[in-house]
Amino acid sequence: MNNIIEILDLKKNYSSVEAVKGISLEIHKGEMFALVGPDGAGKTTTIRMLTGLISPDSGKLSLLGKNIKENKNFIQNKIGYLSQKFSLYGDLTIDENIEFFAHIHNIFDYSERRNELLEFTRLTPFRDRLADNLSGGMKQKLALACSLIHRPEILFLDEPTTGVDPVSRRDFWKILSGLIKDGITILMTTPYLDEAERCTRVALMNDGKIIALDTPAEIKKSIGKSILEVVCSPSRKAYKIIKESGDLEVQLFGDRLNIMIENRQENIDEIMNIFNQNEIKISGTRIITPTLENVFIHLINN
Amino acid sequence: MHSITVNNLTKKFGSFVSVDNISFNVKEGEIFGFLGANGAGKSTTIRMLCGILEPTSGDALVGGFSINSEPDKVKSSIGYMSQRFSLYNDLTVQENIDFFGGVYGLSGSNFRERKNWVLEIANLKGKENLLTGLLPGGIKQRLALGTAVIHNPKIVFLDEPTSGVDPISRRSFWDLINQLSEEGTTVFVTTHYLEEAEFCNNIILINAGKLVAEGTSEELKTNYINHKIIDIECDRTVEAMEILEKETFVLDTSIFGNNLHISVLDDVSAKKSVLALLEGKHSFRIRKIDTIVPTLEDVFIHLIEKG
Repeated sequence: MNNIIEILDLKKNYSSVEAVKGISLEIHKGEMFALVGPDGAGKTTTIRMLTGLISPDSGKLSLLGKNIKENKNFIQNKIGYLSQKFSLYGDLTIDENIEFFAHIHNIFDYSERRNELLEFTRLTPFRDRLADNLSGGMKQKLALACSLIHRPEILFLDEPTTGVDPVSRRDFWKILSGLIKDGITILMTTPYLDEAERCTRVALMNDGKIIALDTPAEIKKSIGKSILEVVCSPSRKAYKIIKESGDLEVQLFGDRLNIMIENRQENIDEIMNIFNQNEIKISGTRIITPTLENVFIHLINN
Repeated sequence: MHSITVNNLTKKFGSFVSVDNISFNVKEGEIFGFLGANGAGKSTTIRMLCGILEPTSGDALVGGFSINSEPDKVKSSIGYMSQRFSLYNDLTVQENIDFFGGVYGLSGSNFRERKNWVLEIANLKGKENLLTGLLPGGIKQRLALGTAVIHNPKIVFLDEPTSGVDPISRRSFWDLINQLSEEGTTVFVTTHYLEEAEFCNNIILINAGKLVAEGTSEELKTNYINHKIIDIECDRTVEAMEILEKETFVLDTSIFGNNLHISVLDDVSAKKSVLALLEGKHSFRIRKIDTIVPTLEDVFIHLIEKG
């Protein structure tokens, strides 16, 4: 069974708001898959339906080859879920928090698995510390450890790195790589497209629909555009000129401009001409691959 | 022309040195990125620069005023916006703007003009009576920035302003920051998202209270990191990572989408070794192997692990 998650024409409305407008998706075993999109795109609603927390209005949903509705208990024991606002007990220690989650899953011989998870998240030296006294990054790792105590086959992460500093974030990604190594399938939501680049496949969501679904590399190729990076001065003036000159998508990064173009010499020449006529001094140009963010903004604008 | 000049600024809490003798300059009208992990001393520094926390030693001139001898003048020449937007959720848009205008002592036609400006940049014209708590995150963020600069300060401090904001809103927020900077406002910004630091004209990085790097993003990427990052596109990425992890020339590994990233000191010899090992010995199919430019995040992690 290669498809560990199968979603067919899934829909969910909240009174008059269509949160998820019929999405279909298959996720393979061992993937690190990301649902990406702005607030209100339907990411969290989707992940909540997948974890059985809310019921879809229509559509088919199966995990590990079984229909979610009819196999709730079986599925509950096979999945882990780390929500945006994960709940730890501040007045319990790290050890006690994990013990609590083990008991919820009716697991009583948890101590070996707990040791393993503490090693894995490098929390062993702090196991007797109260959760309230942990840093943000450590709390997040503890919450992750709690969600893994019952050895789930699929792990759902809802915006796991929001508000976490870069060092902890890098650490967290290392841990996720380790989980993939153990054969766990990960499905996460994130508003950060640079994080989505780390995933094997990505679904870009907007307004309740999937607008692109592929590997990050293929999604970037699909729009057939490149980014012309121009180091120039005064860069702000250059930015304004491009912005006002028509429908080119442009971003300003300090003294650099990134302009999305079709990679043809005539397009580059045209931009250079505009700059020359406006006395913009150019000190370097190169063609770079668009980022997922470039592609995403492009798709949404079109 | 410098808008902020920091000289040997130090702050101790008992025996704990939170900010350790840092010096730097911020040019007028630039977007200046102030980076550091949690606990590095960022917030302490910002609080001193805003004139609300007295340094243990050293001084800074903010908008021409000394934080030691003229903290009140410092306060009136700056704006401040934090990640927990300082807006009142149970007040309407109008009431929030009135409140901040009042705090900064605005009145008459100047106030009306600025109020209009805030409504305009937040796209809230005609929606003055909405409850602030019900606004979408991106709009709230623009309103928070608007109220933070309603008194037209020369300098604005933004403390993790985009935490938890979606990509579309973030991009339009940065357009707004660029607009402020173009109008001559100096923007001093902290962020955990290093791809955002790319928007800054200049960046400094602090770690354990000390300044560890400064320059443009290009300078940081070339001057502060001596190891190279190699991007490998091959089959069975996880297995490849397990094999490479054991090699001494590999300093670090990470899975990056369908590819593998490794850090090494000598990229030329490392590529040869990787090919020999993966293709030669273990018959992987390597489709691509390239040295890539490190990201700011790579530089940041490198400097912090080194320190």
